Amino acid sequence: MPAEAIRRSARAEARAAWLFLAPGLGIIFLFFLLPIAAAFLLSLTDFDLYAVADWRNLRLIGLDNYFRLLRDPIFWKALGNTFYFVLVGGPLTVVLSLAAALMIQSRLTRFRGLFRTAFFAPAVTTMVAVATVWRYLYHPQFGWINRGLELLGLPAIDWLGSTRWAMPAIILLSIWKNFGANMIILAAGLQNIPESLYEAARLDGAGWWAQLRHVTLPMLAPTFLFVGVMTCIGYFQLFAEPFVLTRQGEPLNSTLSVALLMYKEGFRWWNMGYAAAVAFVLFAVILAATTLQVRASRRGEG
Amino acid sequence: MKRSRIASLLLHAALVLGAAATLFPLFWMITASLMPAGEANSDPPPILPSRVTFEHYAELFTRLNLGQAFFNSTLLAAAVTLLSLLLNSMAGYAFAKLRFRGRGKIFGFLLAALVLPTQVAILPLFLLLREMHLISTYWGVILPGMASIFGIFLVRQYALSIPDELLDAARIDGASEFRIYSQIVLPLCKPILVTLAIFTFLGTWNDFLWPLVVLTDQSRYTLPVALANLFGEHVQDTELMMAGSVLTVLPVLLLFLFLQRHYIQGLLMGGVKE
Repeated sequence: MPAEAIRRSARAEARAAWLFLAPGLGIIFLFFLLPIAAAFLLSLTDFDLYAVADWRNLRLIGLDNYFRLLRDPIFWKALGNTFYFVLVGGPLTVVLSLAAALMIQSRLTRFRGLFRTAFFAPAVTTMVAVATVWRYLYHPQFGWINRGLELLGLPAIDWLGSTRWAMPAIILLSIWKNFGANMIILAAGLQNIPESLYEAARLDGAGWWAQLRHVTLPMLAPTFLFVGVMTCIGYFQLFAEPFVLTRQGEPLNSTLSVALLMYKEGFRWWNMGYAAAVAFVLFAVILAATTLQVRASRRGEG
Repeated sequence: MKRSRIASLLLHAALVLGAAATLFPLFWMITASLMPAGEANSDPPPILPSRVTFEHYAELFTRLNLGQAFFNSTLLAAAVTLLSLLLNSMAGYAFAKLRFRGRGKIFGFLLAALVLPTQVAILPLFLLLREMHLISTYWGVILPGMASIFGIFLVRQYALSIPDELLDAARIDGASEFRIYSQIVLPLCKPILVTLAIFTFLGTWNDFLWPLVVLTDQSRYTLPVALANLFGEHVQDTELMMAGSVLTVLPVLLLFLFLQRHYIQGLLMGGVKE
């Protein structure tokens, strides 16, 4: 009975598939998906130090944590800082990545691999360690960044001590750390553009700028969108940079990010219900921003 | 001809300047770590040490016990890498090559979950591990890292190219499904497994927030956590902190330099095929 045999082997295959999937999916479900869902439930409770000691002190309080958030100036400060970081740092990072990718992939470029490695090196480093390094580079008197400004004839800046310059300092560090990874992806995107398109453009008399505008950028759009979205998602989760570079959000909370606020509320003061509400707002913001970006680019294409 | 000569000159000048600026922080980190105590804080700051000394490294390993953190980081990164390689390759293979009901739906759901920010999971994850009595244990870091959607996705994309005939032939020969996976699929997937291994190792080594939260006991600190902790007490000791940073960064930097082809391949598979 071949039909019966086929059915049996299909069943065996499905059983094998589930055995192969079970450990991996189990881990992802238990330690990733379930906690994310639980974060929302946690945000509806008053989970605090007393509940940490004993679960029975836990109470459901509905959306109270969210109402409290709306009235909390520190939360608005953190949200504003995070948007500042994403909206200024994100585009700067992506544009610099694109410039680096264009230079690396230029037909004139020699020692391509060497430059690529140099630009990419910061991307594999440990954020905590390089933020420590940058803390000394930003030193108002002995730091190399002010020394560089001095050589250019510019005045010294109190980078980490002033509310005005602390966030730009974090943005500069993040650009340095992240542009190389984006550059690699964009460079691969550039390589995938067929040479014939450039030839056709040149036949039409297009110069360097016209080729960039009418061939390179439109063809690169999907890769560019991917890089933009991933940078955006990553930047909204800003944490280690202000944790180390500006000692957890100083001065005067001018570099306090939403993720840092969540960490402080949750693990410093054990206001875990409130911290979960902070986390969920961050989640909603990231989701909305991603959707917006994808929509906007679709409209741009259509 | 002449114009392209000038263009090439400008381009390479920009590239050299850019590369120098990019590498300078890492270069200075290394030279400052070799300076005698206090020398980095001179005006103007020196680039090279007046006298090379390894005293800060010695202090890190003796008095400050960063050797323990180095051991913890190595152990955790290695354990997470090995275990996640096993679980991700099994799941990735199943998604690519085994037929079962709901395969497309489940995989699509996982892909959608790829955009979920991990930070949101941290608070309940901490409470969950506390219930399991795993706070400040190595397992507290290893367990959540043992599988990842990205890893499953990477293996699945690669395993799609394995010809079905090869697997069916083995089945007709009476090979068990596990034998097919371990003797045929794994060797064929070796390139992507190397890539995934580097990715996971670097990711685990560099991770900060989760180890900071879950490893509450100093004897379990990983290097980033130990370094951030050290920074609180030794912020004035520039050269010592630079030595600590070198200790943290150099292993992953070297790993990357030797294996960068594989690393970049993984980055591209994640980026271009989306």
